[in-house]
Amino acid sequence: MSDHNSNTMNLTLQVWRQKGPNAPGKLETYEAKHVSPDMSFLEMLDEVNETLIKKGVDPIAFDHDCREGICGMCSQVVNGVPHGGQDRTTVCQLHMRSFKDGDTIFIEPWRARAFPVIKDLAVDRSALDTIIQAGGYVSCHTGGVADGNAILIPKPEADYAMDAAECIGCGACVAGCPNGSAMLFTSAKVAQLAVLPQGKAEAATRVNAMTEALKECGFGNCTNHYECQASCPKGINVKFIAKLNREYLKAIAN
Amino acid sequence: MILDGKCPSGPIEKTWDKHRFDLKLVNPANKRKYKVIMVGTGLAGGAAAASLGELGYNVEAFCYQDSPRRAHSIAAQGGINAAKAYPNDGDSIYRLFYDTIKGGDFRAREADVWRLAQVSNNIIDQCVAQGVPFARDYAGYLDNRSFGGAQVSRTFFARGQTGQQLLLGAYSALSRQIKAGSVKMYNRTEMLDLIVIDGVAKGITIRDMVTGEIRAHMGDAVCLATGGYVNVFYLSTNAMGCSVTANWKAHKKGAFFANPCYTQIHPTCIPQTGDHQSKLTLMSESLRNDGRCWVPKKKEDCGKHPNDVPEDDRDYYLERKYPSFGNLAPRDIASRAAKAQCDDGRGVGPGGRGVYLDFATAIKRVSEGTIKERYGNLFEMYEKITDENGYKRPMRMYPAPHYAMGGLWVDYNLMSNVPGLFVLGEANFSVHGANRLGASALMQGLADGYFVIPYTIGGYLAGIKPGDYSLDNPEVKKSIDEVHANIKKMFSLKGKKTVSEIYRALGKVMWENVGMARSAASLKTALAEIPKLRDEFWNNVNITGDGGEFNQQLENAGRVADFLEFAELLSKDALVREESCGGHFRVEHQMPDGEAKRNDADFCHVAAWEFKGVGKEPELHKEPLKFDNVHLAVRSYK
Repeated sequence: MSDHNSNTMNLTLQVWRQKGPNAPGKLETYEAKHVSPDMSFLEMLDEVNETLIKKGVDPIAFDHDCREGICGMCSQVVNGVPHGGQDRTTVCQLHMRSFKDGDTIFIEPWRARAFPVIKDLAVDRSALDTIIQAGGYVSCHTGGVADGNAILIPKPEADYAMDAAECIGCGACVAGCPNGSAMLFTSAKVAQLAVLPQGKAEAATRVNAMTEALKECGFGNCTNHYECQASCPKGINVKFIAKLNREYLKAIAN
Repeated sequence: MILDGKCPSGPIEKTWDKHRFDLKLVNPANKRKYKVIMVGTGLAGGAAAASLGELGYNVEAFCYQDSPRRAHSIAAQGGINAAKAYPNDGDSIYRLFYDTIKGGDFRAREADVWRLAQVSNNIIDQCVAQGVPFARDYAGYLDNRSFGGAQVSRTFFARGQTGQQLLLGAYSALSRQIKAGSVKMYNRTEMLDLIVIDGVAKGITIRDMVTGEIRAHMGDAVCLATGGYVNVFYLSTNAMGCSVTANWKAHKKGAFFANPCYTQIHPTCIPQTGDHQSKLTLMSESLRNDGRCWVPKKKEDCGKHPNDVPEDDRDYYLERKYPSFGNLAPRDIASRAAKAQCDDGRGVGPGGRGVYLDFATAIKRVSEGTIKERYGNLFEMYEKITDENGYKRPMRMYPAPHYAMGGLWVDYNLMSNVPGLFVLGEANFSVHGANRLGASALMQGLADGYFVIPYTIGGYLAGIKPGDYSLDNPEVKKSIDEVHANIKKMFSLKGKKTVSEIYRALGKVMWENVGMARSAASLKTALAEIPKLRDEFWNNVNITGDGGEFNQQLENAGRVADFLEFAELLSKDALVREESCGGHFRVEHQMPDGEAKRNDADFCHVAAWEFKGVGKEPELHKEPLKFDNVHLAVRSYK
């Protein structure tokens, strides 16, 4: 099949290469030739990797999986911005029509103390799991729960919970934050469960445990830069951080 | 061999309750003595690991992603079915059961499907309790929408991200157990072999994808919840890492593979744009609640802007062919109808491989704002990929591989023919027959994980001695050595082709010959081509780096190597099944109007294949299907 759009372009890539967590890393230069504007950013990298393999060069390692913007696996800082800076778009959904012929593109991993580099652009984000394990759940057992309509939830509250629950846990908020803070990520879960009647019983212990985990994992604190919201591919709002702070105050005041 | 699914007998509505009572129990104090290995932590595996951990079993869980929150269940958009009958529209457990049997074209077991319909209501309650933010109406009640293959509204949803919310619910329950210490979670870990000792599954051999370490994990039972295999077509809606590997390794160790030819091609996916394409993106079936499928009546209109084609010159082909179900015809039927329009030269977009999905009528009826509220994220996704605005001009769609109804054979307890090996969710074959209805995959995954395996695995474990395994067993060393040898061989080839080149070639062979329409001739072509590609792989592939590190090429190579073996079995099954049913369409077997023509006299059975060696003829075992409650009928949606 020929490409839908025939205006292909040539690009120069500056890609972060790093063998492992303790190895030194540096930017390497690669050429991306005949790039179709209909390609996704990761498909462009696939093609570059194919040419590297043919030359016997180790291809660029990067995390990705669903390639439809929902699994949260892809994680690249493109031209200094997590996910490349297109409004509410993960890097896997970023398309090459956002670039033009002759551009130089800088590609780096998430950079944060809590996210050690595994290789090249792939980082270890297990600290985000640790935060959820600290209390990001309702402690209900399987089975023996009430009918789904037994407790009515006003639509505005259900919608508020859903707005928060859209977080895909990619960590762009951490990568975008000058403090490497995971406040937006944490607050989204705290807010979702605090607003729902099912989550209210444990609201105080939850917010305490999750903020404690946040500190222990090496994330920084929030100083209101709002870079997290700007970086978030799901548009999670910083109002949830305010909600977290209120929940935290309520918890320590009791 | 005639297989026995060990389904309970008696009145269908009593089967599951009676069976649950008959199952042996493990007493609470003894549960901690048993260890369960859970491979895959999506909806089925995540829910199962959490539930088993909570019951007191020791669970070790494994996933290839960097977190269990990323399994591909997350990508399901539209919803989850349940027989709650909240809308007062005549739904019932029996109707959900009936619709699922009929939707599967009468190729699933009645008892398994009944159980699924029965526990569907518990799933909704469970998810609500976990804090899953399902859509609600202004009075605060749960909202419903309609899905294909049903004339009632039984689908619960969370915007266009239902799978995400349900998975995050299961992930939260799993996280709670990880914290509690009952589940030990291994991320970035891939299963590369099943360890069978004296005919019983006792462990797995894995590769740590960060360090490259190969090691064994042993347990009293092994559960595979490792998803489906439609990435055998290379381009599909599955995530890039989805593979047949875990299932195939288990198959090579004796587990029967059932109905591999039952693959689902989803009708509404964004069409391919070029050879660079790495995957296809699905647009939820829920869009067909408000979107109308059409193509131009006249070939010469295909190149026109769709808004310039007058109403009278549009062929709303689903409404024309299936007036009672219209745009909500089941997936297999809608996909074939789309292909038929394109084959007739009336397709639109690049290469004429596309149909329109048009929202103009709905926008006129309920306003653009309402449509945006219902499907906003899907319209955004469509625009990101195609650079076209779905509110202003109809979307372009084409069918793409999406789901595998086939999978490892299991009995009513979800245990394979290898004792101790259980298979959950999409990885097994059990409830969808030859075609899965929309919003039923999430239902099955969570049913298996929350409400089936916690009971049935107890029935097995109660009969065996806990801890009856050892890492010193010679089978363990043999398995580890084999995995090492396989990896070493791949690195030694130093050929000229990349893994992706061979994978793409396989996908092309499969899509063209074993895709939406299959014939004896096309299947024989595939069966001739696949071994050639396999030979090419094992003689001419090039993988750089080494196995003792993070190496995505190696991961991909292992998965492609398994697809190159599995593809042959899929094609073989399709060739032997001389009928059309659900997603399996043989052009030789169709009604005069082009609908699928089943052959109940010869093929009303599950085909379960036994592995006999790579490139060797597999042995076919049959499990006859009996229909005591639903009358075997021609499936009609007209």
